[in-house]
This record gives sequence, C-alpha cells and structure tokens, in this order.
Amino acid sequence: MIRQEIKKLAVYSVFLAILILPMVGFRTTHFEAGRAFKVLGLFIAILVANFVAKVVRSRRGEDQLQKVSLGDRISLRFAEIPKIYTLGLLVAVAAVFPLLADNYMIDVGITCLIYVTLGLGLNIVVGLCGLLDLGYIAFYAVGAYTYALLNLRFGVSFWAALPAGVLMGMFLGCVIGYPTLKMRGDYLAIVTMGFGEIIRLVLNNWDKLTAGPNGLFGMQKPTLYYPGFHDGGLHLSVYSIKTLPALYYMILIIALLTLVGIRRLNDSRIGRAWVAVREDETAAELSGVPTTWLKLLAYALGAGFAAVAGAFFAAKLSYVNPNFFIFMESCIVLCIVVLGGSGSIPGVIVAGFILIAVPEIFRELQNYRMLAFGAIMAIMMVLKPDGLIPARRRRVQMAERRQLAGESNE
Amino acid sequence: MNKADVLVLKNVHTYYGNIHALKGIDLAVPKGGIACLIGANGAGKSTTLMTVSGVLRPRQGEVFFEGRPIHGTTPEKVAALGIAQSPEGRQIFPRMSVLENLEMGAFLRRDREGIQKDLEWVYSLFPILQDRRNQLGGTLSGGEQQMLAIGRALMSRPSLLLLDEPSLGLAPKIVETIFETILEINKRGTSIFLVEQNAQMALSIAEIGYVMETGTIVLTDRADALLENEQVKKAYLGE
Amino acid sequence: MTSTGFILQQLVNALFLGSIYALIALGYTMVYGIIELINFAHGELFTAGAFIGLIVLSALQSVGWVDSHFILTMVIVFAMAMAYVAVLGVALEHVAYRPLRDASRLAAILSALGMSIFLSNGMMLSQGVSDRAYPSIFGAEGITVMGAKITNGQIFIILLAVALMVALQLFVHRTRLGKAMRATAQNRTMSRMLGINIDQTIRITFIIGPALGAAAGVMVGLYYGAVRFDMGFIFMIKAFAAAILGGIGSIPGAMIGGLIIGGVEVLWAAFLPSAWKDVTTFTLLILVLYFKPSGLWGQGDVEVRV
Repeated sequence: MIRQEIKKLAVYSVFLAILILPMVGFRTTHFEAGRAFKVLGLFIAILVANFVAKVVRSRRGEDQLQKVSLGDRISLRFAEIPKIYTLGLLVAVAAVFPLLADNYMIDVGITCLIYVTLGLGLNIVVGLCGLLDLGYIAFYAVGAYTYALLNLRFGVSFWAALPAGVLMGMFLGCVIGYPTLKMRGDYLAIVTMGFGEIIRLVLNNWDKLTAGPNGLFGMQKPTLYYPGFHDGGLHLSVYSIKTLPALYYMILIIALLTLVGIRRLNDSRIGRAWVAVREDETAAELSGVPTTWLKLLAYALGAGFAAVAGAFFAAKLSYVNPNFFIFMESCIVLCIVVLGGSGSIPGVIVAGFILIAVPEIFRELQNYRMLAFGAIMAIMMVLKPDGLIPARRRRVQMAERRQLAGESNE
Repeated sequence: MNKADVLVLKNVHTYYGNIHALKGIDLAVPKGGIACLIGANGAGKSTTLMTVSGVLRPRQGEVFFEGRPIHGTTPEKVAALGIAQSPEGRQIFPRMSVLENLEMGAFLRRDREGIQKDLEWVYSLFPILQDRRNQLGGTLSGGEQQMLAIGRALMSRPSLLLLDEPSLGLAPKIVETIFETILEINKRGTSIFLVEQNAQMALSIAEIGYVMETGTIVLTDRADALLENEQVKKAYLGE
Repeated sequence: MTSTGFILQQLVNALFLGSIYALIALGYTMVYGIIELINFAHGELFTAGAFIGLIVLSALQSVGWVDSHFILTMVIVFAMAMAYVAVLGVALEHVAYRPLRDASRLAAILSALGMSIFLSNGMMLSQGVSDRAYPSIFGAEGITVMGAKITNGQIFIILLAVALMVALQLFVHRTRLGKAMRATAQNRTMSRMLGINIDQTIRITFIIGPALGAAAGVMVGLYYGAVRFDMGFIFMIKAFAAAILGGIGSIPGAMIGGLIIGGVEVLWAAFLPSAWKDVTTFTLLILVLYFKPSGLWGQGDVEVRV
C-alpha cells in the first residue's frame, strides 16, 4: 500500500512539474525559475502532506469507511443544538458587532450580509427547487439599477423605489424562468448564464439609459421618518441612513426578514412542493403538483430578494456600474449556497461568512482569493458534495446514496 | 462444486439500494449445456444476470466462472474472461451501424481473421443483419435488434453466453428462429444461461431449469421434468 | 459599400471564426457526450493553449526559427500547446471529475466551475492581468479574390482547423478507440459489458477535446495578436452555444453549429451595431434551447438523458 502511494506521489509530482513549470515559470522567453519552483514546491508539499496523512492513518489501522469524518461529526453536532439558541446567538452577535468593530470591519460585515441575503434568495431556486441558476446576479443588478434610475431621473425615494425594483426583478425572473421551464440540469446552467450576460451587456451598451460602463452615481441614501416634538409641535423628522453602522443595521434587518420569509416558505406547502419538484419532477407533476407555476414562483421570489439586496447596494454605495455584476459574482453566490449545503439556511449563513469575510480579513492574500475560491469549490464538491451543513432532508438521502455507491460497480 | 459446471452461484444476495433483489440464489450452468431461469416479471432474473456480468456487486455470496471466483470483478474484466451477455432491452448502440455494433462485440479480440470468420458466421445465423449492416442500430425493428444483440454477444467468442429474454416482444415466428439459433450456438460448444418468461420455449431447449419467485429459487430440476411439473404447468405454462 | 467583395470578405471571416468556435465546441460536445457534464473549465484549457503557444513561439522566434523553419515552427508550437493542454485536461478529469462520476449533477457542475475559476486565476497570477502580445508572424500578405482579401494567416488557420476536424472524424469512425468512445457515449453499461475500459475511454476524450481547444487558442492568439487570462469565458459561451445548436453530443453538429455562430456574429458585426453582437449570440442560444432543445441536428434523446 505504501509502495503504491509512493509511486502515485512520484507520478503526480512529475505531472505537476509538467503543468506548473512552463505556465508559471515563463513570461514569454524569460524563465523565472524561483517563482516556478516555489509554486511547484508548494503543490508537492501538499501532496506529501496528504501522503504522510494516509500512511499514518493506515499505520493506525483506522478503517476509513467505518469512521464518521470530522466534518460530518461537526455538522451533526451542530444540528443537535436547538435552533432557537443558535439563531438567537447569531442575531445577538450580529447586533452588537458594530459597537465593537471599526468602520472597515463594519463595511465587511455589510458586504457579508448582502451576500447572505443573495445566498438565501438563490437558495430558493437552487436549494429548494433544484434549478441551477448561473445568472442570479442579474436580478441584483436589476434591483440596483431600478433604484438608481428612479432616484436619479425622477427623484423617487428609496422606500418608494424598492417595491418597483422588486417587481421589476420578479418580472424579469419570470421572463428568464419561463423559457427554462422545460429544461433540466446543464442546459439550464448555460441559459441562465447567457441571460445574466445579456442583462449585463444591455446595462453596458444602452448608454442613453444607463450611462454605459461609466455607471450611475449620486443616488440618495435611504431615509427614515420618525415623529418628534420640535418647533412647538409634532413633526416628522427625517433620519438619513448614511453612517456605516446605520447601513449595517438596515441590511441586517433585510437579511433577517429574508431569513424569516424563507423559513416560513420552507415549512409551507409550497416549500414541500418545491422539494418534490427537485427530487422527482415527473412524479410531482403526476401527483398534481403544479410544477410550472412553482418553478416560476421560485424564480420570481429568488429574483425579488436579489432585487432588494441590489437596491440596498446601490443606495449604500451611491454608485453602480455594469462591472459589479459580472458572471463571477453569480458564481460566488452560487458557491455560498452550495458550500453551505443546498437547501440549508444555516449553511448559507456560515458559507457567506467564510467566503466573503475571511478573504477580506486576510487582505494581503487578496490576489489569491479567487484562486483559493475555485480550488475550495472543486475540493468541496469532491470531498463533501452535500455542503458544510447539509439540509435535514438531504441527510437521509446522503446515507442512501452512499449505500448505493457501495453496491454498484458502475 | 461440480467440475462440469461453467458457472456457479452460491447463496448470492444482491441489493438495489435498500431493495433486497436476490435473496440467496444457488444455481449452476453445466459446461457446454443450456440452463434456463424462468419466472415472472420482477422476480430478479435480470438482476441475476447483471450480478454475473459484474454490473451489480453481490453483497453476500459467491459467483464462480470455470472454478474461479468472479464476484466483485468489474464488468469489463468479466467480459475478458469470456462471458458475454445479450441484456434486457437489447442495449443496441443506436447511433452505430449494425456492422459497428457487431465489431464492438469483438472489442477485446485482436485476431482480425477470426473476427471476420465469426462475422460471417453471425451473418449466416441472422442473414437479415447482413442486409442491414450499414443501417443504424436504432433504426432496426425489435426482432432485428434482438438478433443484433445476440450476434454482438457472439462476436466475443464467449465460452458462456447470457441471454436475457430473447423472445420478449417478438412475433412467434421470429421467436422460433431465435431459439433454433440458440441451439445452433450451443452445438458449437458455447454454454448458455437463458433467462425467459416464455417458459415453454426455454424449458424445451434447456437441460436444467430454475424457477424464480421474488428473489429466490423455488424449484430446481431437469428441464423436461419441470415441463411436467404441475406447479410449473399451472403458473408458467398456462395449462 | 456592400459590394460582392465585402460580402465575400465577411464570409471568409465567418468561416475563420466559425472554425475556431467549432474546434472549441468539439471539446464540449465530446466530453458531454461521454460523461454528460459541461466542462466549464474548457474555456480555460483553450486559454492555457494560447499561453503555451505564446511561450513556445516566442522561444522559437528568439532563435530565428520562425523565418528559417516556418512549417516546423508551427508544428512545434501547435504540438506543444496541444500536448500541454491534453495533460492538463487529463489531470483535470482525474482530480475534479472522476471522483464525482456517481455524485449529483449539481456537484459535478460546481466542481467544473470551481476548476474554471481556479485555472483562470492561476493564469492571471502567472501570466498577468493585461493583454499579452503574440508575435505577429503572418503579416498582411495574402491573396485577393473578387475584391476580398484573404490573408495567409487566415488561409493557414482555416486549413489547419479543417485538417484537425477531418482527423477527428477519422479517429472516431475508423479506429478501435474512437469507436469505443462512441459506444461509451451511447451506452456506458453495455460498453463495459463488452470489455471497454471506461476510465481509459474517458481519459482519451479528455486528451482530444482539450487538445483541439488548445489548437483553437493558439489560432486566436496568432490571428488577433494577443491573449488574456480571461478570454476563455466569452469563447466558452459561444462555443457552447455552437455545441448546443448542433445538438450536444454530436461531432458534426458541433462543427456546423460553430460555423453558424461564427457566421451570425460576423454578419451582425458587419451590418449592425457590433456592441450588441454578443447579446444576439446569447439570445440565439436561448431561442434554440427553447424551441429545439435537442439542437438543430440533435439526437432527440439528449433531453431525456439530461
């Protein structure tokens, strides 16, 4: 066994050398040996570490199949804690966070919460209904641009523009959803990706409306009205949400409302019907579940939540341009959903934090962020395809699938 | 274990997920002979063949081919040992020509001349295949596809041929042709394990018969004896 | 100025661009045909091919081979780029796709997406964020037919693309391994029962598909004179549109689909505002998927298998 592993190690190292040395080493004709070998060394070190771990494990004679992996144990333990405590704790931490953090951290927190909201929205489409959507960021863009345009052109306030943005997002969600109703799996992926790009290109090319690549700026911050006594009478005072902590609380409330809304949906008849569509569309259809309508609803609701997040984003930054809404953003949101465990709400929150906050904190590594991101995504799928915190409904299936895989020689 | 048996199954249990499909099967196929397995739909007949071919792995029990254990062997290795199957549903490659389908049957062979000879032999067994050799497999009729599936299995020159319901959905005349051909193939020394719902036909050409019900073998006897068996007559021969 | 010459010129451009899309689309279609997975990282494999081509070509240019041994230089450049990317493709399959063969589709797609992001950023870090110039070796000479100027570079690239596609057709239809590949794509379990080693067959697919993509990458570099780490994305969407248009899984379909997509794009850019040409292509893709999901020459059962 060790001999076999050593052979594997050698073969892999040779392959790594073939792959890494030319691509990393050469800049046209100039060969940067130092850099190339450093990268190669790093990858081989990972291989060796893996090899050592394997040898140690085999020495100890642990039977891998019998052992529940650490990740599984953590997620099972997590599931045992009563929900209300975890949620309460999370909300409490989130609520006191701005009092303890500096502006930069609060800003990171805001970004994090925006992505959590997006993740929760996409979770409806991908996690609950099982429809892959690679163009989700388009609805975020629609929300952002709707607010920007309404505010700049017509002076509409944030709260008045918000429903318009949501309706616009939901409408486009249906427009995009409709042609894809017949499609499954991979086709859906590519079509939603195409739609996402179409929206971005329209925003980019329609100079007259959207100012093209320059983007729109100068939108007002959201305002709140509250009653108060001054000038000798009862008046409504205006409070503009523009400090970072204020914006932070605003997005926190949006995220919480999204969370509650999705929880309720999840436990409703609609939620169960979505899962039925995800698990076996034909069977669902035959049992009288209106699959077409449900899929459209999933798209529309998902899009609506994204539009809310988008409007907030535009208001917070007072600036939008089409480059905020590239394909990679859709990937990041999708990654949050999947990493968390499709359909799992706590998973989305944890994954949103890991994927957005952690790279922000380690700023020096910013350049390597997306690199690590891609690698993590692939590795996660290989090692833990059901996500960090699998949804409860999924756990049963996981066990079944493992058994099946053991049985068949396929 | 009888030395004269080419295939032996001992207490084989196979599962589909949590469904216990084979509940301890014992059977044997005599070398150079024909054994048949009869039973109703869903009794586990095809599962038995898929277990032999290595597509399904038995959770318990043993499968021996020419005295060597083959349970847990992958399908491609089982094929290399000399077991060919004409499976349920024929599984023709729809977008390959008839000739190409037959060539795929001989995938593991390198002897060009031998392959050519066997090809001619298959054509002589099923002349219609020669006429249709450039047609796509997916465009053939059911009967032609059945012939192609058997022909393809023969192209590997197997020492054991597994046939899954060769009569299914075919006109009586074609069924007769196919069973005659099965006898002819057997005469060349190929052992045959036949799975059938058409009990009359199957038992009339086999030496040994097995009757299967919901995952277990309920009757084992000489085929001619089974033909006379009251239970079999009632349940499978429609008398 | 819609003279015959102009139209002919556009047709040549369309043929050129179309053959490149076709080469990339072949990689998608072959991989999809055999493991039913969109290889999202295929666009990055294409880009990697362009970079390796750039490195090898620059090296050979610096020793003067481009002028003295032009044909040999081209052979080496294409061979090295294709070989490198073939190795990359096999590694990709081994690391990111093979372990997921029995997992859910979503997991496999996401793994592919992850590898795409990883490779694209890896190339950005190692080869830089900005455009990298390709040595221009073809110059502006060419032949003029009825007012349309066809450069030597275009002729060379179109001929090479056609040669590669013919070679692929021969491989798939005439050789034992090629037939095994087709059989595996049509019925995996049956193929195994006939003794075909599926792992090996899939590996070969991941050699040929990426190698063709790499060739397309070098062609793009040679023709447009520049490569960039993220150029794979747009080519990937369009090539994928081509693969679907022709019916995914079908090799001739991918070739024809590539020509159609290339044609639409070139003609649109020639007569209509070119900023919108990508929108047109994507819309076309969606319309095809909506009205004819199995593609124009699709094999009907694709949708069922998905």
